[in-house]
Amino acid sequence: MPDEQTGRDDAVRGGRAGLFRQRRWRRALAGAAAAGVLGSTLAACGGGSGGVPTLTWYINPDAGGQTEIAARCTEAAGGRYRIETATLPREASAQREQLVRRLAANDTSIDLMSLDPIFVPEFAQAGFLAPVPPELAGRVTEDVVPAAVETSTWEDQLVAVPFWSNTQLLWYRKSVAEAAGLDMTQPVTWDQVVAAAQDQDKLIGVQGIRAEALTVWFNALIESAGGSIIAENSTDPEQVTLGLESDAGIRATELMRDISNSGQTGPALSTANEDTTATGFESADGGFMVNYSFVYARALGKVEDGTMDQATVDDYGWTLYPQVDEGTESAPPYGGINLGVGALSEHPDLAYDATECITSTENQAYYFVHDGNAASDTTVYDDPEVLEAFPMAETIRDSLEQAAPRPLTAYYSEVSGGLQREYHPTGSVDPERTPREATEFITAVLRKEQLL
Amino acid sequence: MTTTTLPPSEKTAPVSAPGHTTSDRARSERKLGWLLAGPALAVMLLVTAYPILQAVYDSLFDYRLTDPENRSFTGLNNYVVILSDRTWWISMAVTVAITVVTVAVELVLGFALAFVMAKALSAIRPVLRAAILIPYAVITVVSAFAWRFAFAIDTGFVNSWFGWLPGIGADTDWFGGQGSALLVVCLAEIWKTTPFISLLLLAGLAQVPEVLQEAAKVDGATWWQRLRKVTLPNMKAAIMVALLFRTLDAFRVFDSIFVMTAGANNTESVSFLAYRQTISRLEIGLGSAVSVLLFLVVVGIAALFIKGFKVDLAQARGEG
Repeated sequence: MPDEQTGRDDAVRGGRAGLFRQRRWRRALAGAAAAGVLGSTLAACGGGSGGVPTLTWYINPDAGGQTEIAARCTEAAGGRYRIETATLPREASAQREQLVRRLAANDTSIDLMSLDPIFVPEFAQAGFLAPVPPELAGRVTEDVVPAAVETSTWEDQLVAVPFWSNTQLLWYRKSVAEAAGLDMTQPVTWDQVVAAAQDQDKLIGVQGIRAEALTVWFNALIESAGGSIIAENSTDPEQVTLGLESDAGIRATELMRDISNSGQTGPALSTANEDTTATGFESADGGFMVNYSFVYARALGKVEDGTMDQATVDDYGWTLYPQVDEGTESAPPYGGINLGVGALSEHPDLAYDATECITSTENQAYYFVHDGNAASDTTVYDDPEVLEAFPMAETIRDSLEQAAPRPLTAYYSEVSGGLQREYHPTGSVDPERTPREATEFITAVLRKEQLL
Repeated sequence: MTTTTLPPSEKTAPVSAPGHTTSDRARSERKLGWLLAGPALAVMLLVTAYPILQAVYDSLFDYRLTDPENRSFTGLNNYVVILSDRTWWISMAVTVAITVVTVAVELVLGFALAFVMAKALSAIRPVLRAAILIPYAVITVVSAFAWRFAFAIDTGFVNSWFGWLPGIGADTDWFGGQGSALLVVCLAEIWKTTPFISLLLLAGLAQVPEVLQEAAKVDGATWWQRLRKVTLPNMKAAIMVALLFRTLDAFRVFDSIFVMTAGANNTESVSFLAYRQTISRLEIGLGSAVSVLLFLVVVGIAALFIKGFKVDLAQARGEG
């Protein structure tokens, strides 16, 4: 570099002190120049392109789909707004922690948020979400699966916009089910799955880790048995009545214990999350598992890498989540992402415009195919591209139609955290004792009389 | 016990000790001292005293971050809730257990490493010191993940490497029980912070006057006698400082537990409990009260070491 070179020449001529003086002066000049360049770049960002408002969309990490949708919607907006994405932490709980801290500190930079549905009530009750324009509410809930609308609603008002939806299916190895003589064309029950796995000595993959996955499993069991974790909801935490001690709650506890102690859940049930379960299912011992649809993409990826045989993927079967009582429709777990607009956003109207673009049928279909996250818009499931990429798409839609969300409460962390404490490890739960103790504990936590 | 240390007269009565009247020079020196230390003191107050006082204030309220309007003064109620809760005492017991086990093991290991570093051939000494220090340079979260992956049942190699030991098989779920999970947490902590303690001890070892060692040798003392009667007594201050720092550090254990078990199976430490109340539950009042209690315990430990064991921090830093 010539500058560097001149500096050295000066140093030779001017001695050591000269070198330092020279360098310091040069550095100061470079710093000033850099600041100038930076300043002009920032200016270009802010108003250079004709004062186009920039919307910041806080997204959960994905395979790049949301960033692409942001670019598409920026283009579609025709200069009315630009969408920039900011990535949140990987864990849903950490996403909530960051957003809540920012919103509580009046951060005006949050225009759009990708929210896990379980946190929508808390955000809504805290006043963190801008009100949904009434004319928009009808449009963004059209043809949308019921659970997505339910989780976007708080106190009879739509407070968020349904984006994508996730559900768990019962995955099975066709060979194992066949050998056990289990007819998978009909809905099956947990008891049948346990019996078939025991008969063939194969694994049943369930999530017994003390984490959100445990709440997901328990909620599916109690909802399938016809009950609910929260029997009577209230915005006042002291008025929330739990349904754990109901017949359905006791039945769910019993089933959870029996599945855990069936001897077929693998050696590390108490630390098993969705990935652990998928690993077990991929092994030679794999038999059944309840899990999200990512397991299929994961298996295809492994075949591509050469770490799994094509025959194993061909052996993958899928059907609706197991029933608790034969003949009673199951209530599969529901997850996904709803879009919230920050209450302190400077452009809530534009942000709501953007949600409509982001959740359009085309973008949901693109997101499904590209990132593997299923759409909440049921018309997406007629898209031939989606059907080709996801042979289980129809099962996913059916599952979403009957899926039951986890409890909708502004005190979700307390309820779920308390549940996880009392129902973990899942093999040691006692239908006579655990529902009562969990009710007492969670109630005490909600009254702030106990630590969590 | 007869021990051999240098007389403390130098430390307690400096030759230049001023009399009762302060000279102009002393006064201006003191002024300069305040001027030099003042800005640092102000920054310290800003970044430590302010948050501590804020936490004490918040701990007297029923205050949820998402519900600031219903904030209400509850006095010491949060402290009553915490101290009458079994969870607090379990966390306390877990934290004390981790602290005692890790600090004790680290002290022994740290001594061994300090001796090795002190006595190693000068040719390999720099390499050895760097090698011993590497774990300390690793970020705690990274080390916690490394240990978790090593012991986890799906990614780990420990079960297959140590399968020949009784009680360890391919199906051993290390994080599935309180004892085994805490063992892995302790191992990770020991691996990571032993270098710190050994470095402090090495500094102490270097302060032991060689003349005393030689005198003891001339008197016919064995290696063991010299260690017990000469080396250790002269290193007392360094040992105590190393113990104090590590105890305070160990008592705040958080990262390893967060990464490895997330508090499952009764492996929650007190810091984790504070995190759960403040960050997860957003109960600022309750969480602040847990933090204040943790702070008081840490202050208590420091006071115990400094007053109880008469640790002179200035001396250990070679200022005496």
